[in-house]
Amino acid sequence: MSNVTLSVQSTNKKAKVQRTVIKTLEYLALLLACFIALLPLWSSFTTSFKTAEEYGSTNAMALPQNWLNFENYSQVWTQGDMLRAFLTSACVVVVVVTVSVMMGSMLAYVLNRFRFPGNGLIRNLFMIATLIPGIAMQVTTYQIMKDLGFLNSIVGYMILMSGTDVISIYIFLQYFENLDGALDESAVLEGCTYFGVFFKILLPLTKPAIITVAVLKGVGVYNEYYSANLYLQSNSWRTISTALYSFSGPFKSSYNIICAGVLLTLIPSLIVFLFFQKQVYAGLASGSVKG
Amino acid sequence: MSVIASRVQPDLRRKRINWQKVLVITLFAAVPLFLLILFTYIPFAKMIQFSFYNMSYTKNKGYVGLDNYLKVFTKEEYVGAMLLSLYYMAGAVVQLALALFFASILSLERIRGAGIYKAVLFFPFLVNGIAIGYIFKYFYTRGFVLDSVLQAIGIPLDALPYWLRDQSVNNWSLVFTSVWKYCGQNMVLFIGAIASIDPTLYEAATIDGANRWQQFKAIILPGIKTVFMLNLILSITGSLSAFEPAYVVGSMGANGTATFFIKIHQMAHVSQKVGQACAMAMVLMALILLFTVLQRLFFRYVMKDSENTFNAKANKAKALW
Repeated sequence: MSNVTLSVQSTNKKAKVQRTVIKTLEYLALLLACFIALLPLWSSFTTSFKTAEEYGSTNAMALPQNWLNFENYSQVWTQGDMLRAFLTSACVVVVVVTVSVMMGSMLAYVLNRFRFPGNGLIRNLFMIATLIPGIAMQVTTYQIMKDLGFLNSIVGYMILMSGTDVISIYIFLQYFENLDGALDESAVLEGCTYFGVFFKILLPLTKPAIITVAVLKGVGVYNEYYSANLYLQSNSWRTISTALYSFSGPFKSSYNIICAGVLLTLIPSLIVFLFFQKQVYAGLASGSVKG
Repeated sequence: MSVIASRVQPDLRRKRINWQKVLVITLFAAVPLFLLILFTYIPFAKMIQFSFYNMSYTKNKGYVGLDNYLKVFTKEEYVGAMLLSLYYMAGAVVQLALALFFASILSLERIRGAGIYKAVLFFPFLVNGIAIGYIFKYFYTRGFVLDSVLQAIGIPLDALPYWLRDQSVNNWSLVFTSVWKYCGQNMVLFIGAIASIDPTLYEAATIDGANRWQQFKAIILPGIKTVFMLNLILSITGSLSAFEPAYVVGSMGANGTATFFIKIHQMAHVSQKVGQACAMAMVLMALILLFTVLQRLFFRYVMKDSENTFNAKANKAKALW
């Protein structure tokens, strides 16, 4: 009898020890992963506060002597013309997000609420488009942009960015499917026009979808660099990405200055992430479902 | 007028052509459809056409049949570039495994500050690509960040390679930057999928005496199979067209890191051989489509399978409970 209790106790104890060990290992794994995720960012952060002399003489991982040395920031801000780049990027983000939200919600409304010949065809055209990898078509897209006179044109870049977007249409389609149709039917019977139904009744109801699309699309466009580099090579219309790209010219290997520029570009992403964390996570999930 | 008609005779209204409806449909669908055709279907058609010509953006030197395609498969340079995607596929597998591991720890165990770990691991996904380029060039520079850390744990500098120049390691260095960026994103997707599993299953399993590993195998894995397969497809097709690390960190594919897409980019925008570039893009696209179709077929089969086993297991667990 006492033997049995003893052995139960000892297995309990053993299990407890085992759990503690596993738990510790799990925390260690998480901490290691966070260390690896942060190390590259941290080193850029510390380096951005170093003077040129310090940068040349101290180890890359050494902490800066003066944490309030914002010299590199002011230099990159003025020499790198970053205010202009931020304004250009802000402009692009606002226009592209607005256009994407409007186009996505309008098309989803029409496809979801009306039966008309061609409804299925339009859906299929968009679905097949997701199968064609956009990246493979860069070569001929460039030629079309050239023919349209959209090289070095910020308007052309904005149109390209809003025109190659299928995810927002999918997010809105999903959302409209879950919106009760009785609402707009009764509004139509009351004498409301379809435009009125869409703008006054349905669009305000899709607010969660709008936020998701705006956050997802906004971050995507803000960070876009391939097309920006290809189509916006003149100095007057530099987005944040192209401005950053051009730093390797004037600042060469002065990484203390470049790191300051890198850190500055991270601030908007960080702010959006802190405020819209939930929407960012949710948007990813709905964005990946389209496949 | 139409308002009155609709009130009195709603049935009659439906039989006439409703011009307002036509107007709404045309106005709301025209622009997105136009842009879709302009930026997806016209480039697609042109790509097929150009791939049979020897041409640049300004000159067309005539029809060459399948010559461009033959070059893609016979020139060692291109085949080699294509094989580089194997590095990225290997990276993708590691990335998915790590993402799944951390997702299950963060969802199953009571981890203090789970939200903070999740946010920290996810944040690299939001970093601008060009910024990633600078951050990692600095990170990998001889004697800088990575080398300092490795020296601190006792590895002498002489034993370390030049991470971006040495051709035996530089592709792995680039693959790492991709894993660094996307691992957290995959993890967030997995956490979402795990959260949608019925929590009573774990309770039932715990009462049954199943340990974490058994729970993972019997509940989580079947429960997130759909999302997992989807991510696998995206990662593998993404590996085929990998270009970001080589473009931003590897200085446009210097030192033997030029992936197939970098070759296409250079062929079109540096050498101006548009016909050849289009043929390469067609091959890339065909490969991606082939992989997607194969995986979807497999997926359909496996998904059915997973649903059955998942339901069976769920019922079993519930019955036992």
